[in-house]
Amino acid sequence: MADILFLVFAGIALGSALGVVLGRSPVASLLFMVMTLASVAGIYVLLEAHFLAAIQVIVYAGAIMVLFMFVIMLLNLGHDYQRDIRGGAFALVAFAVTGAMAGLLARRFSGGAELFPFLDGADAIDAALAEKGALGVIAEPLFTTYVVPFEITGILLLVAIVGALVLAKHRVS
Amino acid sequence: MEMLEPISGFWGLAASALKVLGVFTAVMVVVAYTTLAERKISAWIQDRSGPNRVGPWGMLQPIADGIKNFLKEETMPGTANRFYFVLGPMLAIIPALMTFAVIPFAAPLPTPWGVVDMIVADIPIGVLYVLALSSLGVYGLVISGWASNNKYAFLGSLRASAQMVSYEVALGLSLVPVLMLVGNVTLTQVVAQQQQLDFWFAFPLSLGFILFLISAFAETNRLPFDMPEAESELVTGYHTEYSSMKFSMFFIAEYGHMVTASALMATLFFGGWDLPGTWDDAFWWEGMLISGFDAAGAPIMANPAWWKTVLTLGGFGAKVAFFLFFYIWVRWTLPRFRYDQVMTLGWKVMLPVSLAYVMIVAGTILVLDTIGVSYGFTFGLVLTAVSGVCTAGLLFFLDRDRVIKGASVPTRHDRPVRMPVVEVPLSGD
Repeated sequence: MADILFLVFAGIALGSALGVVLGRSPVASLLFMVMTLASVAGIYVLLEAHFLAAIQVIVYAGAIMVLFMFVIMLLNLGHDYQRDIRGGAFALVAFAVTGAMAGLLARRFSGGAELFPFLDGADAIDAALAEKGALGVIAEPLFTTYVVPFEITGILLLVAIVGALVLAKHRVS
Repeated sequence: MEMLEPISGFWGLAASALKVLGVFTAVMVVVAYTTLAERKISAWIQDRSGPNRVGPWGMLQPIADGIKNFLKEETMPGTANRFYFVLGPMLAIIPALMTFAVIPFAAPLPTPWGVVDMIVADIPIGVLYVLALSSLGVYGLVISGWASNNKYAFLGSLRASAQMVSYEVALGLSLVPVLMLVGNVTLTQVVAQQQQLDFWFAFPLSLGFILFLISAFAETNRLPFDMPEAESELVTGYHTEYSSMKFSMFFIAEYGHMVTASALMATLFFGGWDLPGTWDDAFWWEGMLISGFDAAGAPIMANPAWWKTVLTLGGFGAKVAFFLFFYIWVRWTLPRFRYDQVMTLGWKVMLPVSLAYVMIVAGTILVLDTIGVSYGFTFGLVLTAVSGVCTAGLLFFLDRDRVIKGASVPTRHDRPVRMPVVEVPLSGD
């Protein structure tokens, strides 16, 4: 049952991911993106990472994508299908970054070099899950071991927001 | 003597199927009769009779409305984007009907095959599931407004997305104190912990309840927050171009959201299906159905009974009905906010206040834990006092003319400009 569901969700995720990059209409791309995010959330549920699934839907599908949609609609990109996607160099960079990511993941899962020494093995994760539950496994390291990087990320986002406000604000003499 | 174990196997599946069917039917029927209640109560408030032709006291009016909606002509604007125009109502109605799945609606029911939990799906992320679905609800509104290719519909959907994104933050933050007290995110645990505290959370977390209430009104787009469909400004906003059953789907979605929000308020802050007293307490603890712990910390077994399930179901229904009535009451009493007032309230009042309240509750819980007050009546009493002070402060601060000025209140400082006196020479002199 879980295998069938995984195939369904993975198929939807991959199909709609293709839809995101191949579609011409920005709104269609955006909705395909939401579908991809939702199916990945479904895969998280199959992995019993319920918390991640919920956060995926709340943050990405529910907040960030709504903001994207807001911008697309305000710019009215939806109705005239102009070709405003940059080609050439932009596509090359995108492919290079994607390839690098895929390579890293492949090396990790083929059991090659220990690229992620901070990740424990599957058994250790299972034990931690049984002990602390899905929430505790994420929350505890976040607020103990990795509290400094976590707070720095928060400050980075705050700086970005303040910067955006400063740039966007009209100067009133 | 029945088994006090969770139902499983074939009968478990059968019970689940029955619960899904039952809850879906119940929500649809409640939605139908809330529309009638809306019209009846608005009529009473305005000193009219309301619907009174179809059946006794107009009781069959929702059925007549349903038939009317099915038989009306479907319109499709020529400039609309056909695919998204049809997709919009579907995206609006699905989240509205799915949310109820995680809300417990009665005490566990004992059967010869095991104990049936009166909840469709007791998933481990209950509250987060509700937040996730409520954040997806905005897509239906936005897509339909955009696809209509009509400026009023489009303005409505822009307002809807801005408003829902703004108030989602305050909604989430107003839930944090509840989750801190419960220590879990499942709604069954929320009910169980309210039974253990001997307090419904509306008292120890009174300010949280007020913030949740306001955010819930904004999230359901009900007056005084119905900016996305402000009739006097935008025709009817995002569903201007819709007719027939497609319009009806938006209508069902709005009332479905109201029913769910009322059920959430009842569950999170008014004990859910819990009735006063400890006779109905029952929750799962390490595989046992217990009603609490004795002084030594040993579990006390619960004794569920069918009449307890029926009574608690009635209690839950009464609480939900009260909040539905409250929704309608507010709609026909208060005028609509101006759009900038909605945004000011959301970002400059709701967000900082809910953030500060989270810190205050967290601090109080920390202090109580440190000085060794265990989770119970005294714990609740102290929190009630702290929250009461916060609530009184906020209400004083929010009082008229301090933060949100009424639209018709003249400014105090600027005096009207006086007309200059012009000497007009009289003719003939």
